Amino acid sequence: MREVAIIGIGETKIGELWDLSLRDLGIHAGLEAIQDAGVTGDEIEKLYIGNMSAGRLINQEHIAPMIADYAGLEGTPAVRIESGGASGGMALAEGFMAVASGMNDIVVVGGAEKMTDVGDVEAKDILSSTGDREWESVFGATFDSLYALMAKHHMDVYGTTREQLAQVAVKNHYNGARNPNAQFQREIPLKMVLNSPAVSTPLGMFDCAPLSDGGAAVVLCPVEIAESYSGKPVRMMGVGMGSDHMAVHDRQSIDTMKATNLAARRALDMTGLECSNMDFAEVHDNYTISEIMAIEDIGFFNKGDGGPATQRGDTALNSKISVNPSGGLKAKGQPVGAVGINQAVEAVIQLRDKAGDRQVDDAEYGLTHNVGGTGGSAVVHIFGRWSP
Amino acid sequence: MSIPRFWREIRQRYKGIGTECGVCNRVYFPPREVCPDCGRDSLGDMKEREISGKGKVLTFTEVHEPMPDFEILSPYIMAIVEMDEGVRMTGQLVGVEFDEVKNGMEVEAVLRKLGEESPSGIIYYGYKFRPCR
Repeated sequence: MREVAIIGIGETKIGELWDLSLRDLGIHAGLEAIQDAGVTGDEIEKLYIGNMSAGRLINQEHIAPMIADYAGLEGTPAVRIESGGASGGMALAEGFMAVASGMNDIVVVGGAEKMTDVGDVEAKDILSSTGDREWESVFGATFDSLYALMAKHHMDVYGTTREQLAQVAVKNHYNGARNPNAQFQREIPLKMVLNSPAVSTPLGMFDCAPLSDGGAAVVLCPVEIAESYSGKPVRMMGVGMGSDHMAVHDRQSIDTMKATNLAARRALDMTGLECSNMDFAEVHDNYTISEIMAIEDIGFFNKGDGGPATQRGDTALNSKISVNPSGGLKAKGQPVGAVGINQAVEAVIQLRDKAGDRQVDDAEYGLTHNVGGTGGSAVVHIFGRWSP
Repeated sequence: MSIPRFWREIRQRYKGIGTECGVCNRVYFPPREVCPDCGRDSLGDMKEREISGKGKVLTFTEVHEPMPDFEILSPYIMAIVEMDEGVRMTGQLVGVEFDEVKNGMEVEAVLRKLGEESPSGIIYYGYKFRPCR
């Protein structure tokens, strides 16, 4: 298996981007990544696009060749990868495998989602279809409520508090305020999170990430040829994926994401590194409880210590482990199928020392964690600073 | 939702028909063709099993931002219930105020209307849970 590098990154600003279509989002991000890498269109051997639900959000399936077409890449193999909210991360895993296997040299992996061409109630309904439609949502379970059930259980079992959940949002808004591509670039006080209107108890509005438009892309190549391109390379060292029961109620434990645990273990085993080697992590904080579960299930903290660790400030920028330096889904935004690529883009920015006010000092290794649905699938990637 | 899509799950949604693994006797709802624990040993050995409908609340939430079909009920309670057979189910909890609900509360499944396609369309029925009397 060959070692893989990322040599180019691109992403749109994230938010309610009324003047941009899905096509625009994919192309803007893709062209930026290609320019950053310094590759030519002729060199690109494959395009993967992570996308959750273009079919329901804009009534357009088969979007990969469409994006390839408008990026001037007609003729290039182009495939869409879907795994709910983990679509981007899973697409990146496919791109990694194409390069690592020796089948392709230059591969572009993009992610794009256009959430705001439907109303927010419909968008939430579409998102909830990444849970178990027949045995959860039919009975009235919203996507929010399934995460609320995990949150309530986590609080009952481990004593996690409402304030600890809220601190996740406060921290991620602090980081997002330092990210020019973030949807919400302002800090928020704890009280604002605690007093936000109930969505599904114990979760309030500020415990939930927004549903956003956005696109992101990266260019991959084998490590041996990485320095022959203009973009400063970053190593993609490990990839791990996992799955779990589709419905939350079927999980071995409602407060634990087994898919995350498996994906993290597999990715770490591939690199020989441990959680303690990581300087930062971009984790899937679609809800505040999700970040607390993620930092436990990946292995940064013991089960049940995710809340207290957050409250102690262990996950703040340049503390024990900088979690979601980009602002995460909570503040940077949640263009669902693009999230996994947005996370990879942040990892590259950090490992190139280009993160400005949100730079993780002396970052050597970083981890990204992307979840599909309510934990039915998860993918973890590990990145390392370039050393020739 | 198309009529067959709802109709084909009627036995499960109305009567709580699940399966039991003939190897390890674990009960599943909805039915499964393969036991996740026993794998291929369970193939052809999964038997129909009616769920009693009685269980205990494992965890619960009050939904304030429902899907359009459930707007009229807002706020309402969703719960994960651990049934006496060991299997868990997600459903609404009715006939009780939110602040009266406790983990471990004994509940039973009852047949209720879940929604309707349109004023002249099909009506969806299924289970909800209420406190045992």
